[in-house]
Amino acid sequence: MEAALDLMRRMPPRQAEAALSALLSLLPHHADNLLSQIDQPLQALFDAESGKEFVLCEYNRDADSYRSPWSNKYHPPLEDGPLPSDDLRKLEIEANDIFSVYRDQYYEGGVSSVYMWKDDSDCIAACFVIKKDGSKSAHGRRGYLQEGAWDAIHVIEVRSEVDGTAHYCLTSTVMLSMTTESKSSGTFTMSLDLPLEDGHVCNMGKMIEEMEGKLRNSLDQVYFGKTREMICTLRPPRMACLLDLYPSAD
Amino acid sequence: MADRDEGEGPEISGEQKKEIAKWLLTNAPAGEIQYVAKDVRSVLMDDVAYEAAAAVAFPIYNKAHLLSLAMPDRSGDVIISKFGEIDSESFLDPRTAQVAIVDHVKQICTKVRPATDEELPCSYIEEFRALLDAELCKYVDETYSKGTCAVYCTKGKTWKDQEQFSNLRNGSWRSIWIVEFKDDLQVVELKGKLQVGAHYFEEGNVQLDSTNECKDSTMVQSPDDSAISIANIIRHHETEYMASLEGSYFNLPDTTFKDLRRKLPVTRTLFPWHSTSQFSLTREISKELGIGK
Repeated sequence: MEAALDLMRRMPPRQAEAALSALLSLLPHHADNLLSQIDQPLQALFDAESGKEFVLCEYNRDADSYRSPWSNKYHPPLEDGPLPSDDLRKLEIEANDIFSVYRDQYYEGGVSSVYMWKDDSDCIAACFVIKKDGSKSAHGRRGYLQEGAWDAIHVIEVRSEVDGTAHYCLTSTVMLSMTTESKSSGTFTMSLDLPLEDGHVCNMGKMIEEMEGKLRNSLDQVYFGKTREMICTLRPPRMACLLDLYPSAD
Repeated sequence: MADRDEGEGPEISGEQKKEIAKWLLTNAPAGEIQYVAKDVRSVLMDDVAYEAAAAVAFPIYNKAHLLSLAMPDRSGDVIISKFGEIDSESFLDPRTAQVAIVDHVKQICTKVRPATDEELPCSYIEEFRALLDAELCKYVDETYSKGTCAVYCTKGKTWKDQEQFSNLRNGSWRSIWIVEFKDDLQVVELKGKLQVGAHYFEEGNVQLDSTNECKDSTMVQSPDDSAISIANIIRHHETEYMASLEGSYFNLPDTTFKDLRRKLPVTRTLFPWHSTSQFSLTREISKELGIGK
């Protein structure tokens, strides 16, 4: 298994899908493990009834069908696929609507979905997913990107305390790929205690916004900066003067 | 796709395993094939298939990455490439007029022998070649921290190739220049292919793979002057390419990255989670759901 994960870190990210299916055919016994540990780009389906797209992930899947957060129905249709309770569904609708506005503000396009459920200890959990294709042919507004995608998965678990606050634990993963470069981020977590009276959607939203901002900055500085640094060390003397001209961080 | 809950899939054949192993090995990033090889051997769990795949994959990888190996008699390094290939295990080093025998899988040079007359260019071409080689060595030494280069002639035509290969940490720069002398036009044409790769994987997997092709030409002059002007052209194009890569990296956050996610909404303030029209409704429901049922 370790060897498999190490391989995934070395294969060119653009070939990630092919590499993963190669590993799955070599190690069928580890399929579940591999699929849960290796990040894969998000896919979306079109919900004709609601006229909108929704993102596919583990949290809205049952067997081979996926539940749309807009129509609350499974695609392809499923006899008794699990559905959230009425109250949870109301919260879910709310979250989807608000998150859609958030998505539009930051991503100027893309597809978002929110899925909610109750876990074994009856605590609320939610998954906020965003899929943005920034390439010229899709939602890239400025036309700079030939090919590029940002996939974000945020999972929040809520534990309510008795003193009017709730404890939120967020786990986020961002997968990024661009023409000249591809990358896949690790998973980051954040835990906060926030007042219940602000409402779950508001609390969760703020956490996600903060996390995404941090990830975006660190992706820029750590990853692109590092790669730039590596290239410069290949040809040091010439580049020394150029580096001095450019500030190192924004 | 088969239902994921199944623990067993259909057993795949040795041939398929070999193909998969070969694909994984040839896709290894620069300088990492030994690590990848270890992993592949482990996930394959079939040494026979692994050895067969390695025998095919390693030569392909070594040639593509212009692997440079130290020759046992300490006379320098030989570059493994299709231009210097005499047969699958022997590669010519024109500078020392020797042929190196290599073991691809272990990535070492096992021995050397002097090159035969057929394997070397005629003396007229050799004059040009040697001068160009000297100029390039100077260029490579001053520009790259650990580079190697070689100039090859292909027999029959006056045609030379030059390669540079620099490998540091997990970054690599490969350039292959094909220099063609057009005697009737008294012109030298150069075509270059520059490839840069980088790999960083502390907290994820970032890889850069960038290629650039360029062309140029110059007048044929005396051997000394030709060598200098060819080296200058190469230096010019490579520096230009390097600068443009640098430039695009600097622009990345502002322009291309913004197409994926803005730093802030157009309003330049954080998203107003509080002021949503259904705020009170959310509050009610959350309160109910929050305080367990």
